[in-house]
Parts: sequence; C-alpha cells; structure tokens
Amino acid sequence: MTDYPALSLVPKSDIELKAKDFKSDQEVRWCPGCGDYSILSNVQGFLPELGLAKENVVFISGIGCSSRFPYYMNTFGMHSIHGRAPAIATGLAASRPDLSIWVVTGDGDALSIGGNHLIHALRRNVNLKILMFNNRIYGLTKGQYSPTSETGKRTPSTPLGSVDYAFNPVSLALGAEATFVARTIDSDRKHMTETLRRAAAHEGAALVEIYQNCNIFNDGAWEPLKDNDTRDDVMMRLEDGEPIRYGKDGEKGIIRTPDGHIQVAEVAKVGEDALIRHDSHAKDPGLAFALSRLSNPRTLENTPIGVFRDIDRASYGRLARQQIDDVIEKKGRGDLQSLINGNDTWDVN
Amino acid sequence: MSKQVVSLNRVVIRFAGDSGDGMQLTGDRFTSETAGLGNDLNTLPDFPAEIRAPAGTVPGVSAFQLAFADHVITTPGDAPNVLVAMNPAALKANIKDLPRGADLIVNTDEFTKRNLEKVGYDTNPLEDGSLEPYKVHAVALTSQTVEALKEFDLTKKEAQRAKNMYALGLLSWLYSRPSEGTRSFLEKKFSSKPEILAANLAAFEAGWSFGETTESFSVQYEVAPAEMPKGTYRNITGNPALAYGLIAASERSGLPLFLGSYPITPASDILHELAKNHHFGVMTVQAEDEIAGIGSAIGAAYGGALAVTTTSGPGVALKSEAIGLAVSLELPLIIVDVQRGGPSTGLPTKTEQSDLLQAMFGRNGESPVPIVTPQSPSDCFFAAIEAARIAVEYRTPVFLLSDGYLANGSEPWLVPDVDDLPTIDPDFATGPNHTDADGNEEFWPYLRDPETLARPWAIPGTKGIEHRIGGLEKADGSGDVSYDPENHDRMVRLRQAKVDAIADTIPDIEVDDPSGDADVLILGWGSTYGPIGAAVEVSRRNGVKVAQAHLRHLNPFPRNLGDVLRRYRMVLVPEMNLGQLSMLLRAKYLVDITGVNQVRGLPFKSTELIDAINAAIETLSPTTSESE
Repeated sequence: MTDYPALSLVPKSDIELKAKDFKSDQEVRWCPGCGDYSILSNVQGFLPELGLAKENVVFISGIGCSSRFPYYMNTFGMHSIHGRAPAIATGLAASRPDLSIWVVTGDGDALSIGGNHLIHALRRNVNLKILMFNNRIYGLTKGQYSPTSETGKRTPSTPLGSVDYAFNPVSLALGAEATFVARTIDSDRKHMTETLRRAAAHEGAALVEIYQNCNIFNDGAWEPLKDNDTRDDVMMRLEDGEPIRYGKDGEKGIIRTPDGHIQVAEVAKVGEDALIRHDSHAKDPGLAFALSRLSNPRTLENTPIGVFRDIDRASYGRLARQQIDDVIEKKGRGDLQSLINGNDTWDVN
Repeated sequence: MSKQVVSLNRVVIRFAGDSGDGMQLTGDRFTSETAGLGNDLNTLPDFPAEIRAPAGTVPGVSAFQLAFADHVITTPGDAPNVLVAMNPAALKANIKDLPRGADLIVNTDEFTKRNLEKVGYDTNPLEDGSLEPYKVHAVALTSQTVEALKEFDLTKKEAQRAKNMYALGLLSWLYSRPSEGTRSFLEKKFSSKPEILAANLAAFEAGWSFGETTESFSVQYEVAPAEMPKGTYRNITGNPALAYGLIAASERSGLPLFLGSYPITPASDILHELAKNHHFGVMTVQAEDEIAGIGSAIGAAYGGALAVTTTSGPGVALKSEAIGLAVSLELPLIIVDVQRGGPSTGLPTKTEQSDLLQAMFGRNGESPVPIVTPQSPSDCFFAAIEAARIAVEYRTPVFLLSDGYLANGSEPWLVPDVDDLPTIDPDFATGPNHTDADGNEEFWPYLRDPETLARPWAIPGTKGIEHRIGGLEKADGSGDVSYDPENHDRMVRLRQAKVDAIADTIPDIEVDDPSGDADVLILGWGSTYGPIGAAVEVSRRNGVKVAQAHLRHLNPFPRNLGDVLRRYRMVLVPEMNLGQLSMLLRAKYLVDITGVNQVRGLPFKSTELIDAINAAIETLSPTTSESE
C-alpha cells in the first residue's frame, strides 16, 4: 500500500479491502464486449491499493454509457445530468477535502455538452480524477458522431459524413492549464493501472483519457493501437526520463527540429542522444502539447500514451479553504449578532 | 440667520442625475442620516443597466427616491415632494412624477444649449414657463461647488465631482438632518486621500450654508422621529438581509454555508456579501456559468453543506435541468431568484414578479419545488431562514423569490436577538436503516420519514451507508434504478405529497380585517406588501372596508387559504406580472380573482391600489354612495 501525500486528508480503511469490496450489488448493463467492462474491473482492482476508507470514495458521472459507472461501484456515487459532473464534483471537492472524488465521463458528455465545466475544472485544478472514456461516438443515443469523431464520419446524423473537426482531448486539457493529463487504453491493464496510480497521487485535477472501444456503434475505433501487428508501429509510450522511442524495433524517435518544433525521426539516422527525453514534470506545457499534436486522428499513427503532464499546483479546494482558515485566524470566527447589527445602529427606547 | 421651521409628517425626496453624478451615494447618505434620526423610511433606487450610459441622456439618468416620516411607512412614496434634478435629462425623465406645488431643485449650470438639445428640449424649461406649477429653486450647483473648493489643489473636474456632496449638504440643511454620519463616512472612504476628503467635506458644508443663507429657501423643515417598537435598529437593503439570513441559517443548523453562483443583476450583491463573510466558514464559488453555480451547490449539498445558488430569472432558466436533478436526488438546496423584468434579458435593473410560474413549473416532468417569498427588504432575512428550514427538513430544493425592489430598497430593521432565531436540525443518516430478507443490515437512501416523507440525508464519509443516487427514477425505498411503471407512478406522487406536506409546518394565513365584515380582500405576495399596506391604510382612513392578507409560502399554500378566499365577495391580487398568482389561485381553489397588474419595472404606487380597491367596492355595490 502506497501512501500518497495528495490523499493525506482522506481517512484510511481499517481493514484491507479487495476488488470485490468495490463491486456493488447492481447488475452491470453494458453491451457484451464493451470496453467499459475492463475499465470497471481495472478501477475496482486498483482502488484497494490506495487503502482509503470506502465511504470516503465518491464517483460522480454525467450521462452516457460510461456514466452508468457509479452504479457498479460500492462507494458513494451520483449519476447526475449530462455534462455537469465536473461542476457538481467541484462543489463536493471544494467543501470536502476528506473525500477521494472520481468523475466518470465520455467524449460526448465531457467535450460536447459539458465542455465548459471540463475546462474550468481543469484550470481551477479542482481535486478530481476525471476518467474520460473516449470511444469517438455517442453510444447511448445510438451512434451519432461525437466531438472526437474523425472528420467525414458517417453516422445516422451525418449520412454524408461529418464536416466537424475533432477535438484532441489531451491538447484541449493542456490548453485549459490542466496540471495532470494522461492517456491510456482500455485493453492495456498494466498501463491503465499505472496511469490511475499516477492520477490518484496527483493533487488537483487529473484528466485521464481512456481510449475505449464501443463494439456496437464504432467497433475498432482504436484498432491500430490494439492489434499486435500494428501497435508498436503507431503507439509511443511516454516514460519519464526515457527517450521517446517507438516502432517494432524502437527504430523511431522524437527529436526537436531547428525551428523549435518536434518531429518523428529514424533513430538510426539521428542517434539516440538526439531523442527528446520525456519530462511530464516540466513547468512549461509546450512540449507536452507538441507531443499531443503528433498523432494522426485518422490513422492513429504516432499516438503517445502515458502521462503528458504532471505538475504541482495547489488545488482549488485547498486554496479556497486556506482563505477561509486565514480570515478566521485573522478576524476570529464570525459573530452572528454583530454581523446583523452592522456598524450603524440606533436604539429606540 | 434663522429661518422659519415647519414640521412635516412625511417627506418624499427624489435625487436624479447622470449615472456618474453619484446619486445613489447621495441617496444612501441621506437615508443613513434619516435612519439615525429615528424616522421610519423606505427607499427606491432606480438606475440604468449600463454602468455609464452616454452622459446627459435620458437613458443615463440614475435616481434614488426615499420617503421618511414620523410614523410607520411601508413604501418609498408615490410622488416626490422634492425633486433634485442635476441636469436637463434628469428633469425630463422625472418631472412627470412631480405633483403641482412640489419643490424642484435644479442645477442650472447643466442647462446649457447643448445639454438641452441632447434631450430634446427646444426651449429652456427654466425660462419658458413650463415649470410654473412648481416651487423652483434654481441653484448653480456645479459652479458654486467649484467656487467653494477654489482653495483646494484640485482640477476643475475633481472639484465638480463634489457637487453631489453640495446637494446633500443643501438637502440635509433643508430637512434638518444631522451631518456627523456623513462626515465619518467620508473620513473613512477618503482616508488615504486627505485632499479629496477635505474637498468633499467643504462641499457638503458649503451646500448646508447656502441653504441657511439663500433667499431661495424661505423655510426649513423637520420631521420628528417615528413611534417605533423599542429595540436596536439598523437600516438594511434586501440583498444583504438575505445573505445574513443564509448565514444565520448556517449558524443555527451547524451546517457550513456553500454558495455556487454566477454574477447576474440584481442578485450579485448576495454573492459579494457572502464573500465578505468567509470568517463564518462560508465558501463561495464564482462558477463558470449558471449551471455550474447550481451544480457546485448540488455537489456541496450532497456533501452535507447548507447549499445555495443565487441568480435572477434568466439564470433560473439555465438552472432548470439541475433543479430537476435536485428534486430527484431530494437534496436540500436553496435557489434564490432575485426577480427582474423579463422575458429574456429584459430589464436587468428593474423589478418584476414574473418568475412565479417559472419557479412553480419551469422544469420537465412532475417536479414540485416549494416557494418562499420575502415581503420587505428586512424580511429577506427571515424568509431565507425559512427557506433553509424547509430545504433541510424536507430534503428538497426550495425557491426563495425576492425581487429587484426588495434587493435594493431599504428600511429600518428592528434587529433580532440571534438566540431567538429558530434552529434547524440536519439529522444526518448515521448507519444502516433497513434489514434485507436474509437479515443483513443495509442502507436504503429512499426510505422516507413517515411524517415528513423526507428521505435520509446520507453524506459521503459515513461508514456503512455507501449508496448510489441519480437522476434516473429510483425504486421506492431502496433507491435502485427502476423502470417499473407502478413504482414511477408512486414516486411521482410521493415527491408531490412530500412538498404538499410542508403545509403542516407553515402557519395559516392571517387576515387583517378590523371591521370583520369587509367584502373585499386584497391578497399579495412578495414586495407588493409595502404598497398594499399603504393603500389599505389610506382606504380605511377614508372609511372603506377592506381586508388584507399576504402570502409568504406560494408552494404549498397555507392550509386555510381556500377558506379565506371563499369568505370574501371579491379578492384583489396585485402583482407585478400579468396575473401569475391569480392563475394559481383560480386553478387550485376554483374561486374568481380580480388581478391588479402592472409590469413597468417599478413597484405599485399606493394610489393605483387605492383606485383598485375603490373600483372593487363600486363593482360590488354600484348604488352605495361614499358617505354611507
């Protein structure tokens, strides 16, 4: 069991919890084969290692397939309204530092109807772990294109192909001043667990984009990143301190160009020393942003997964509570009678 | 030189000038001096939505009216006895309200050809005889202020800016107001700018001396203190009173106060007031939008805070879906709607009561929400505590419907002893409340209190009661998601029954009917209380029999309301809308209601209501003469 400073205010469980302790009695009702199952099982399997009291863990979701998640967790949970989970969780996180709060959302919920709340929760650095299941489609409403669908996507609402340009959630989060941004994938249990661990250890808002397969309405959306034959060619794993290098034989890497950009290069040509070493703790988000721009939204070539950014900044709740504590220390706890009397009274005798 | 002093019972003054002329400050100061003197008073600020509309134009006129008296009064007065017009635009915008024979103080310096043309005066009203019906006091306010401040190291512009203090000094002399309060106010405000402070004080004194010496004012007036109940008083406007009520509810329930809010006129001052009071443990979140304002409040309520969101009509529209969620989650939440003119952006700085039906019905599905309304600025304090009580005891969102007039209007307030305020018991769930078929203890989040029908308030961090709630329909009791038709029907009725049951804890409506045999009842809600009270008083003085009652709870209504309505041959309901309460009363009680409606963005004038009462009496007995 690891002790995370970011969770120091959350009471610990007095017994050792297991994955099954986090399973609720509700029947899981996602479609057979849905990527959500593996995420649920990973989260339930990972939570015990935080050692937190179960009653101090809260899952809050919006609307969509992913947002049914809280019903299946034997913790506190709220299945709220479309797009608003980060706003609701903000009120809870600001006022209750003793809770570990997780927001579960999807690409439509978080980036379309709830886009405003997401960016503001990130910029304020509200102490929330936001798990955004990205399947590039609206599942619960039966298959319309989403803000992460590729341009030209043919769906019931876009029979001629979507003309929208897609959001890149990692770029968006970095642009919103997020202090923690990561990407993982539903089929890679080890990577997802490691990513959740890093997110849990972070104080403030953590956005974890999880590439998730909807086998009914958008099957195979992330296939190049999952298929053993193609995976290593298109996906790079970001690991702190390590050169950013990928390809079946590690033949590709990321270098800086003389004009300040980054690009993919053949390691054989440029040499390993020329490769950029990943640093998620870099104050400046520039390189993280550049990395987020490498991937091709259509072919998924050059897709980084891992933690793009992980920097320290006090959370919104900590700062807000500190203001309250400071003013109480300075002025003393407020006295209701003197408040309502004010400074200008007169007596009638 | 001492002048004749005339005693008056009641005076109504209106200060009117450009938005940048400091009329609101002048009015506030005069109010404060008047309150300190022991007069009863009532104020009505009336200002444009623009911070600085184009200078010298009619839309840019900002006015402040106050009435003060040697007796209890409930309105800021229908028509001023004195109008202070700082420029031609102020004159043009306000002269129609000035009765014949009233005093008119005009700042002649501003009556230039250009300024007159700007507001469409072809001739100068100071010279063309059009002001003959009034006692005109032509005062070169600006230049006399500049002259009085010539010793100071000020630019001409800075000196001119003190003209509102000159005007305040003049009026303070005219009505024998004390000046210590203004002095100490200025000392505090300009403590870091001694030159500006000295100039303002000098301008105030110059105005005072001018009154004493000029021939233009032959008499000075005084208004004796009013007979008021014993106790400690302060002057208060509605928004701070409401904020204090929320803090009081927090203190009396032991629940930390949480406000999630987005700035909107005329509600923002509640956010400001609460943000000033973090030392009561108050947390305020200025959210990214109206939806996040209520969203964060719902989150805080879920976590066990006394949660509030404050807004005005357009904000309520944006919050509708989230209010529905709060209805479904059955969490305590206070939604403060400081109503303003609508629809859409409407009249942001003007008052109206047109959100009643929005509060009542403005959501999808059967979604009942209790509604509480304050009747005067100081009553916002008590109404806020009552809204909190209902929210917490019944685990429900509650609307608190204030309005722009209450928010910005002021009156003296007999400050209560905080120990006399009611307490509120959060009664949090502490553990399992149900045993399943196998004898296992479990927690049912929707197991209701048999009396109130309230569900448990079960906050995270409480061992053994982990549970999931949401906006999907829930099974009665267990709270599990349920699509069962019978269950949904039952849950819809239970939520309605819970709100209806609140009537068990609210007092019967009291009718004031001194003669006991009035045929006409005048029934109001919210801020119409003041004008209705004034109209009823005058009517009774004139021998008219009229009964009066006022609603604090609009959902549910008091249990005896139907009986009360049926007792009278005619029920008048004045509202600053086109008949929203009337519609609810007709629908619920099948009684006829005579609406008295106006939506001018201003409170009723008592004369309008006196006319309405007279018309009602006449309708009922067309042959009856007034001398009966």
